[in-house]
Amino acid sequence: MLIGLFNAVRAAGVPVSLRELLDLHGALKAHVAFADQEDFYELTRLIWVKDERHYDRFDQAFGAWWQGVASQPLTPGAVIPEDWLRRDFMRQLSDEEKAAIEKLGGLDALMEAFRQRLAEQKERHAGGNKWIGTGGSSPFGSGGFHPEGIRVGQGGNRSAVKVWDKRQFRGLADDAELGVRNLQMALRRLRRFARHGAQEEFDLGGTIDATARDAGLLNVKMRPERRNAIKVLLLLDIGGSMDDHVNACEQLFTAARGEFKRLTHYYFHNCVYERLWQGDGGTYSNSISTMEVLRTHPPDTRLIFVGDAAMAPYEITHTGGSVEHNNPEPGGIWLQRLAAKFPRLAWLNPMPQDSWNYTVSNRLITEILGPRMFELTPNGIELAMRELVR
Amino acid sequence: MTFQSTDTYVATSDLSLAVNAAITLQRPLLIKGEPGTGKTLLAEELARSLQTRLITWHIKSTTKAQQGLYEYDAVSRLRDSQLGVEGVNDVRNYLRKGKLWEAFESGERVVLLIDEIDKADIEFPNDLLQELDRMEFYVYETDETIRARHRPIIVITSNNEKELPDAFLRRCFFHYIVFPDAATLEKIIAVHYPDIDKALVDEALAMFFQLRDLPNIKKKPSTSELIDWLKLLLADRIPASALRERDPGKAIPPLYGALIKNEQDVQLLERLAFMHRRQSR
Repeated sequence: MLIGLFNAVRAAGVPVSLRELLDLHGALKAHVAFADQEDFYELTRLIWVKDERHYDRFDQAFGAWWQGVASQPLTPGAVIPEDWLRRDFMRQLSDEEKAAIEKLGGLDALMEAFRQRLAEQKERHAGGNKWIGTGGSSPFGSGGFHPEGIRVGQGGNRSAVKVWDKRQFRGLADDAELGVRNLQMALRRLRRFARHGAQEEFDLGGTIDATARDAGLLNVKMRPERRNAIKVLLLLDIGGSMDDHVNACEQLFTAARGEFKRLTHYYFHNCVYERLWQGDGGTYSNSISTMEVLRTHPPDTRLIFVGDAAMAPYEITHTGGSVEHNNPEPGGIWLQRLAAKFPRLAWLNPMPQDSWNYTVSNRLITEILGPRMFELTPNGIELAMRELVR
Repeated sequence: MTFQSTDTYVATSDLSLAVNAAITLQRPLLIKGEPGTGKTLLAEELARSLQTRLITWHIKSTTKAQQGLYEYDAVSRLRDSQLGVEGVNDVRNYLRKGKLWEAFESGERVVLLIDEIDKADIEFPNDLLQELDRMEFYVYETDETIRARHRPIIVITSNNEKELPDAFLRRCFFHYIVFPDAATLEKIIAVHYPDIDKALVDEALAMFFQLRDLPNIKKKPSTSELIDWLKLLLADRIPASALRERDPGKAIPPLYGALIKNEQDVQLLERLAFMHRRQSR
């Protein structure tokens, strides 16, 4: 029962467990959704998907599965006497529509043509003026303009198949896709960093409470000061050589986003120049001037670079050395500016440490920033955090 | 008994299905969505349409799970014991009931709203697993277990500031409120201002979506801001024609303060207007 869908959704990478499968059966049994594909889709999504970032993947898996189900040889005509359907169909039509059907040679001719088209057509179709599909001017399909058309599929204000075909949640899926929870180790390091940097303080409320519980005997309580107010600026390299490390970076990013109230992040390509990007599109419109970033962040902001520091040396040292554009100032100058403004910084490198010395650019960056490059591993992150709170 | 759009709240079909499924299967319903899309309002309207009480538990960064169950006020008890007040022997007199306890012991099925659960500490949801699952908890001071007499309908909202643990998510149904499209927005406006001028709504909506589509905007205006803005437009008797005059040099809408909450966004608009003026010259 629905195991095919269950497996398809799991294979698409949506974490669904047996419990949710049973829940769905419970809901179906309770008739929360009944004999309505759109309701079924919404119900399944409600129970199985726990994060809007997974909606898009679910939609795709569901769409593929549904196509398989819909192509089962179970045409209504085969099971339900056709006369019944037709009578019901005619009842829904207005007089004008009935007249329009007559124009096409009557309902029988229309249905016959429909059946023929359906048999000829092998694939899903959108647009055009002959095949059954969406948005065209063929008499068959939905969302089209042909006045004498048959609408295939029902539902409230939208065509059923379209709901998951729209893939409106695509934008939510691409920021980070791995659950942070399994990166507990790194999270804990980051959290310690966030709460660190303050002496223990006297806990007045706790002391009073504990003293009262001890029936008046003084019981002093201390607690660590909460310091979640640390500001973090995260600069991530999304140049070509970073493609292998996307997973690690995503995990780190998601963990950091959950941990720090004031986290801003920008992307750069290979090396930092006069502009930084806010999304990974790389277009001018979603970029921001590096000068503005320097200006709008206070000096006690913690700056974390994430990148493999593997680039051509002239990208750091030379004017016009960028691989993408003609940069008026060398990348090294921008690194120096960032380092001067934000003295507390660290560079996290997803490459293993013993490979660092083989790239010249790596040594150059270490010269500019000091020995503040760390491995992107739980251990390396801990060292980096220690560096940042010093 | 099903939940549908009311005369004061527009619920899309998937939202009402989510609410009804959560009620039928007695699961907490986790609601996410952009700020201002009516997450908190949903619980209020739900309680209203079921004609029951709404118990709201606002979560803050310092909220502990225990506070939702009960708190033992040892200080009052100590003071009372020194003053020799009646009833100091009984620890029950010094247990302050939390929102969950209140919901559990209610004589009818209530709606319990746990608002902005992501504001709390990262361990907070884990501390509530048992309570939400079995609808019971243990009181150490009196050695008794409090069970829900009627399982409350639990609505939980989150603004996505923190990830919620998997074990917690497993126990919830999850619904993401998508930002409404123009047709739904018109319905929402009609609910709030039944006799508003259609032309004004059209112009305002066009401008509103234009604003939301601007690249680089820091805080996209949301439904509740649109409603506030319309209220101001109505109060100031700004005619639809004032909005229609799409002079690009005046990219800043009238009374923008209700829509745009960020000075950088205002600057962005001013810069755009300036660039338009320069181009047209």
